[in-house]
Formats: sequence, C-alpha cells, structure tokens
Amino acid sequence: MTLIMNTETVVIKSRQKTTIGRDLIGIGAILIVAVLGYLLFPDNLALLTRIIAIALLVLSLDLVTGYCGVATLGHAALFGSGAYAAGIAAAHYGITSPVLMTLAGILGGAIAGLICGVIILRAHGLPQLVLSISLIYLFHEFANKASSWTGGSDGLSGISPDPLFGAYEFDLWGQTAYIFGVALLLVVFVLLRFLVRSPFGMLCRGIKEDPLRIMAMGASPKIALIKMYIISGAVAGVGGALNAISTQVVGLDSLSFTQSAEALVMLVLGGTGSLFGALMGTVVFMLFEDYVSAANPFHWLTMVGVLLIAVVLFAPKGLYGTAAGFIARRMEKRS
Amino acid sequence: MSAIFDVLNLKKAFSGLTVTNDVSLSMAPGDRVALIGPNGAGKTTFVNLVTGNLRPDSGEVRLNGETVTKIDAIGRVRRGLVRSFQVTRLFQEMTPAEHVALAILQRDGRAGKMFGNFLSMPDVMEEASALLAKLGLHDLMHRKVSEIAYGQQRLLEIAMALALKPKVLLLDEPAAGVPQSDTGRIEQALADLPPDLAVLMIEHDMDLVFRFAKRVIVLAAGTIIFDGSPADVTKDVAVREAYLGSYANASHAA
Ligand SMILES: Nc1ncnc2c1ncn2[C@@H]1O[C@H](COP(=O)(O)OP(=O)(O)OP(=O)(O)O)[C@@H](O)[C@H]1O
Ligand SMILES: [Mg+2]
Repeated sequence: MTLIMNTETVVIKSRQKTTIGRDLIGIGAILIVAVLGYLLFPDNLALLTRIIAIALLVLSLDLVTGYCGVATLGHAALFGSGAYAAGIAAAHYGITSPVLMTLAGILGGAIAGLICGVIILRAHGLPQLVLSISLIYLFHEFANKASSWTGGSDGLSGISPDPLFGAYEFDLWGQTAYIFGVALLLVVFVLLRFLVRSPFGMLCRGIKEDPLRIMAMGASPKIALIKMYIISGAVAGVGGALNAISTQVVGLDSLSFTQSAEALVMLVLGGTGSLFGALMGTVVFMLFEDYVSAANPFHWLTMVGVLLIAVVLFAPKGLYGTAAGFIARRMEKRS
Repeated sequence: MSAIFDVLNLKKAFSGLTVTNDVSLSMAPGDRVALIGPNGAGKTTFVNLVTGNLRPDSGEVRLNGETVTKIDAIGRVRRGLVRSFQVTRLFQEMTPAEHVALAILQRDGRAGKMFGNFLSMPDVMEEASALLAKLGLHDLMHRKVSEIAYGQQRLLEIAMALALKPKVLLLDEPAAGVPQSDTGRIEQALADLPPDLAVLMIEHDMDLVFRFAKRVIVLAAGTIIFDGSPADVTKDVAVREAYLGSYANASHAA
C-alpha cells in the first residue's frame, strides 16, 4: 500500500512539474517572441501592440468556444465594449490613468460578456450562431447611434492617457504601449493557465463534451457558462482597453462582425481549446496579413484564404494543436 | 422505516404509445431492488422520468417526503437522487481521476473553484484513488477515457455515481458490456455500498439480480406486473408470459 501511495505521489508530482514546466515555457515563449518582435520591427511597434490586443480577444474567444463549445461569431462585442468603456472613461470622465482605463475596459467587457452570455446561451448550434451575429450587429448599431458618447462613425477621439505609473509617457513610437501590452498579456496568460486547470476549468471541459452528464452530477452548465462568459468578457475588455490606450481612438470596427469572424479564423488557425493555440493563431494570421497585404495588395485576401484552407485540410487541429500532437507522438516513440 | 423514495401513478406516452402506465413504487433507506423486464418495457424511460430528464404526463415523485415533480434534474441530484447511464456518458478527453474528482468536488460545492488543481488537493485525491481502486481502475486513473476498455468505462460510470454519495441510486444496466471477469468487481462495489443507501438496479443478468436484490419488480409494456421477493418471481405466471411473449415476438420478428 505504501508502495502504491509512493508511486502515486511520484506520478502526481511529475504531472504537476510538467504543467508548471509548460507555464514557464509559455511565459518564456511570450517574452522571447516579444523581444524578437521589438528587435525585428522597432518601427512597427503599433502593429505588435495591436497583435497583443487581438490576441487577448482570441484568448477570450477560446475560453467560450475552445473550452466550452459555444458557437459565436459575435465575440468582438466584448472586445469593443471594453475599448469603448476605456475610451469613454478617458474622453468623457477624465479617467486617464492607463491602469484605471484598463479596469474600465475589464468592467465594460465583463458586462457585455454577461449580456451576450445570457442571450447566446439560450440556444444551441446554428440558432446560437445566429443569435451571436444579431448581437454584434445590435452592439455595432447601438454604438453608431449613441454618437454623443462614442463619436459614432467618426470614432471616439480625445483619449489621452497619462504616463504609465506617472513616469512612462505613451510615446510616439509606441514603446510604452508595447511594453504595457506585453505585461498585460503575461498577467492574463498566467491567470488563464490557473483557470483552465482549476476545478471550474475541468467542469467547463465536461460541459463542452456532454452538458447532460454534467447535469446528472448536479452541476448547472448554464451558470458555469455564464460565469465563463463574464471572465471571457473581462479578458476581451483588457484587449479593448489596450487598443484604446495605444491608438488613442476607438472605432466602430472594434465592434464589428468582421472583427468577430477574423478572431474565430485566428483561433481555428492556431487550434481551439489551448491558450498557446490562440496566441499562435493570432500572431501567424496578423503577421501574414500584414506581410501579404503589403507585398501584394490585390491578392492578399486570396492568399489568406489559401492559407486557411490548407490549415483546415491538412492540420485540422490548428497549427499549435497539430504541432503539439506531432511532438507528443515523437516523445512517446522515444520513451 | 419511512420511505425515502416514492413514485405515485407515473404516466408517460410517446406520441400515443404508452411507455409508462400508472407506475407506483416506494423504497426505504437500505432497500436493494432490481427492476427487470423485457427489452422496450420502459425501464430506462422510468429512470428518465423520476430523475427529471423527461417530464411525465401525470404522476408524482417524492424524495424524502418532498414532492420533486416540479424540480429540475439538477435539483433532484442535489437532493440525493443519482443515476448511472445504460450507455456510458463519459468525457472522452478526460481521465478517470478527473471524472471522479469532478464528482467529488461538485458534491462538496467546490466545482466552481477557479484556482488550484485537484491533483494538489490531498482529500480529493485520496477519496478518488480509494474509489477507483475499489473498482479496479486505479492503474488507469491518469489515462484518457478514450484509451480504456468499454468494460472499464462502465465501472467508471458507477464510480462517478458513487462519488456523489447519493441517498437513492438508480443503476441502469451497470453490468451490460462488462466482461464476465469484471462483473465480480461491480458486485463487490454493490456489496460495499453504504447500508442506508436505497438502490434500484435495472439488470438483465439474472444471476446478478438474484445475488443482489431483496426485492424484484417486473415491468412489462410500461406496467408493473410483479413486485415481490426474488424467490417468487420465477414462479409467477404473468412474469413468465411477459418474457415468453416478448421472446415469441422477438423470434417472430427475426
Ligand atoms: N424519446 C423517445 N421518443 C419516443 N419513443 C421512445 C423514447 N424513448 C423511448 N421510447 C420508446 O419507449 C419504449 C421503452 O423504451 P425504454 O428505453 O424505456 O425501454 P427499456 O425497458 O429500457 O429497454 P432496454 O432493456 O432495451 O433498455 C421503447 O419502445 C422505445 O422505443
Ligand atoms: Mg433501457
């Protein structure tokens, strides 16, 4: 019996080590990519910061789609609400501290998440998708009409954030914004790593596979999913706020169907149901888009389409999912 | 002892076909009841009706004296009415340890915790490994369910139900698909159940039924045609006819 207990603790210890190892690898990878980006594109930090903001949107989408199986094409509603919340706080209420603006974004995103969650989760499958599309159009139209608050189609301007911690100005080259973004992404990534392997994360994975089975255990899938939507909103809200702080404007496009659909494309490209997949999909898609649209402004959409079809056909688990599966099989063969 | 589980005049028809016809029964804590009947008799439908997965046309279900007919499936589980599924419903990407841990955490109201991992919760791990060991799943506890044999999945289905520490347990053919070599494990797990738990087991394996049950209920075409001791059930004329009839029909059909 002691022997059993001992081998068991060894197994558990080694499992915990590998997950912590993966956390550290993740943090390391984000830092390395961030530094590389800084060195490779020193005069395009604005693009890199935008990638981080969108990565937060895609991570947020992964929480509800990848981990919980909710079908949505309206997830930018959460991102845009965060962006407008941060922008309105600064432009109309003089809340110009970047940290407070981020908190406003989190709050705005979380509230939008609650609203969208309550509505979207009333349906399943295709009707769910239709509800999500209707919601993003409603949010977009609402922001358009409430132009005294949002600036309507001209966009919300007049956002001038204070220096970060009173010391670091948001400079023209976007250095401060970039570093701020990397820091936000790291914090969110670490918190989400905790979340996805917590009991709640396990519950959500169960809901994705078989909600009826979860009900037979006495748990409510509905309540868990709404909680997840609120968390997802908060994460998207961080991204929205970062976008508002770094670009100092908020446009209607942040609350658009196109943005929602692109986020889903990036998630599928990287691989659903893993945080690394969400990050990888965003970086690859946005760099590819930027590069191809500059190299061939007439055919770049075609090339994006070809890339997507190739990934869906030949790497259906997404770039990260397929690569991770490949490496895992290699390791198994060796041991 | 007073009843923990009452079913009164339960009725259900699917588009005109009556599948549950005025079924009433009552169980006390500690009861070991087998519910048997030919294929299509309405046994699974009965379970779905009492657990709240299906809505009855009429009738009433009581748990511990409380009428739960208007309470949803989740509320009934929380009041101690737990079932297992005839066709296993497990999470293919998860491990047996995760299944049982999730059930334990849910039972204790901790399944919503957003920090920590059950692997580092000694109380959860201890209970989960003891339960899995009892069902012979200990060595597989960290494998994915999709990688383990169907018989073992059946055992896990039972482990999950037990982890919820129910007051009334409804087992829908727990041994179906389990190889002969493993039915002993199921029997042992049933024998080790808490003495005050009320258990209703649907089962086709009559050896298992006779060893387990102190009372046998026979359902045929949605109606209870026998409710009595195992010793009397084989002598009962109506029961014989129901089984013979269904076999006769089956051989006609074939
Ligand atoms: N959702 C449903 N809609 C229509 N008919 C149904 C439904 N569920 C069950 N039935 C029918 O009700 C009858 C009883 O089915 P049920 O599954 O309860 O039988 P059972 O006694 O559990 O049989 P088995 O021993 O094969 O498991 C069958 O004729 C079945 O076709
Ligand atoms: Mg059945």
